[in-house]
Amino acid sequence: MGRIGYIILYFCLGLVALFQIFPIIWLFLFSLKDNKEIFSGSPFALPAEFRWENYVKVWEGGIGLYFWNSIWITGIAIILTVLLASMATFVITRMHWKLSKLVLGLFMIGLMIPIHSAIIPLFSMFLNVELIDNPWSIVITYTAYNLPITMMILLGFYYTLPREIEEAAIIDGCSIHRMFFRIILPMTMPVMSTTVIINMIYNWNEFVFVNTFISSDKYKTLTVGIQNFIGQYMTDWGAIGATLIISVVPILLAFLFFSNKVVEGISSSAIKG
Amino acid sequence: MNKVMSNKWIIALYVLPALLLIAVLIFIPLILTGYYGLMDWNGIATMEFIGLENYINAIQDAKFWESALHSFLLALFSTLSLLVYLAISLILASKIKGSDLLRKIYLIPMLLSSVAIAQLWIKVFNPSNGMLNSILMALGVDNPPAWLAEPSIVLYAIFIPILWQYAGFYILIYYAALKNIPEPLVEAARIDGATPLQIAYKIKLPLIMSVFKVTIVLAIVGSLKYFDLIYVMTGGGPNGASEVMASYMYKLAFSSNEFGYGSAIGFLLLIITLIVTVIVRKATATKEEIQY
Repeated sequence: MGRIGYIILYFCLGLVALFQIFPIIWLFLFSLKDNKEIFSGSPFALPAEFRWENYVKVWEGGIGLYFWNSIWITGIAIILTVLLASMATFVITRMHWKLSKLVLGLFMIGLMIPIHSAIIPLFSMFLNVELIDNPWSIVITYTAYNLPITMMILLGFYYTLPREIEEAAIIDGCSIHRMFFRIILPMTMPVMSTTVIINMIYNWNEFVFVNTFISSDKYKTLTVGIQNFIGQYMTDWGAIGATLIISVVPILLAFLFFSNKVVEGISSSAIKG
Repeated sequence: MNKVMSNKWIIALYVLPALLLIAVLIFIPLILTGYYGLMDWNGIATMEFIGLENYINAIQDAKFWESALHSFLLALFSTLSLLVYLAISLILASKIKGSDLLRKIYLIPMLLSSVAIAQLWIKVFNPSNGMLNSILMALGVDNPPAWLAEPSIVLYAIFIPILWQYAGFYILIYYAALKNIPEPLVEAARIDGATPLQIAYKIKLPLIMSVFKVTIVLAIVGSLKYFDLIYVMTGGGPNGASEVMASYMYKLAFSSNEFGYGSAIGFLLLIITLIVTVIVRKATATKEEIQY
């Protein structure tokens, strides 16, 4: 292929990259401007003066609380999901029992169903056990709905673990619990970290469960929080921009540091084998 | 050894917590949706059994079919856009310097929450100060449309952020599949005098066909249950012009308190998704997968 051919190809790829990244850069730019500058100046101009006070204003105006809720709900759900999924994957792939294939199938069906079809009964269930407007309803829902995808990512790794490890451990008189928590679980560290980061992205960004189950402001997470918050600042573009940037920064930072894990997790969660 | 590794108590202890969670929070609610669909119920008062009335009403509900049409249009559009993603991946996988970085840049929108994407694109589409119309006006377009307020274009306008959101995801999958093709195969074709287009069309595409078929199922099923972005961006409006099945169901239940009727729509959404999944799988199934 000639030089010109390559230039055209790079041009196309660069154009796609620009399309993907530019709206986010534009968002960052206007988060540092005031309305006057946004409405009269060029949308592509750098801010005349970097107005970081937009960030201070929205953080103190309530975003801080939503941010904290997102952190702890995301964190606890990740720990529960990865632990329970690891335990289940361990007995499904490593232990011998008749129903293992059937049980695995049940988890994998969970990957296909549209969650919105379950939301009305879930709502009425939580209402009956008084878990509506309680953040724990969110934690257990996230855990349940992320178990299938987490197990799917874990499966491949568990299948490739050598049998000799278990045999040696048992011959040495090691109990199954000890073997799982002290030997197997540490060995799956690389794939576990992938599932942690995938779960983090899912939980941090989740909207519909929080929007449905939580009504008090004090329990809302960032996604639903910013949605309401933006209502208050409807006309202040700088404040809206700052709010959105704050909400996406944790995920972008995680991507910056662990981009290979994210890529690995997303590809293995979509296509098996 | 075998005795230890088939200890029933251990198996139950390790698998039951996860199994109980998905049974109680996923499978039972799914079944209940179908059951609640048989009820006249506003979410508060006691339910009253009314048989198939909700389902019959749903089938005659023009609004439901309109939202279903929008969902299927979205599915069609998403499937067609796969071809664009595939073309980009073919370029990206053909010994391009910096492909790793480009692939990661493409993926960034996929990592953002639907709420953030929706709010950002509401601003992009803003009639007077948005990015899109600023560009259009700079290019000399006099009266660029109010993208999200125009019933005839709102649905297509929403397709753009959806395309933006998922491009990186599909490119990532295709790229991984293309990189899995053994180098000697491509090399041999090149020595035999095949052009890059021929190599792409005759060698690479058939080899990643199975992956392409999986993505078709993902795109269609994902579109049929699509909700968040549309709900936040337009709420299904103006006047139902961007309503999809999931947003119609959600609004029936949580805005109009029609929990019985909403459940019936939710159950239809489930059934439609399952039927379409089976049909697409059947339609794209091949007798034998190509081995390499």
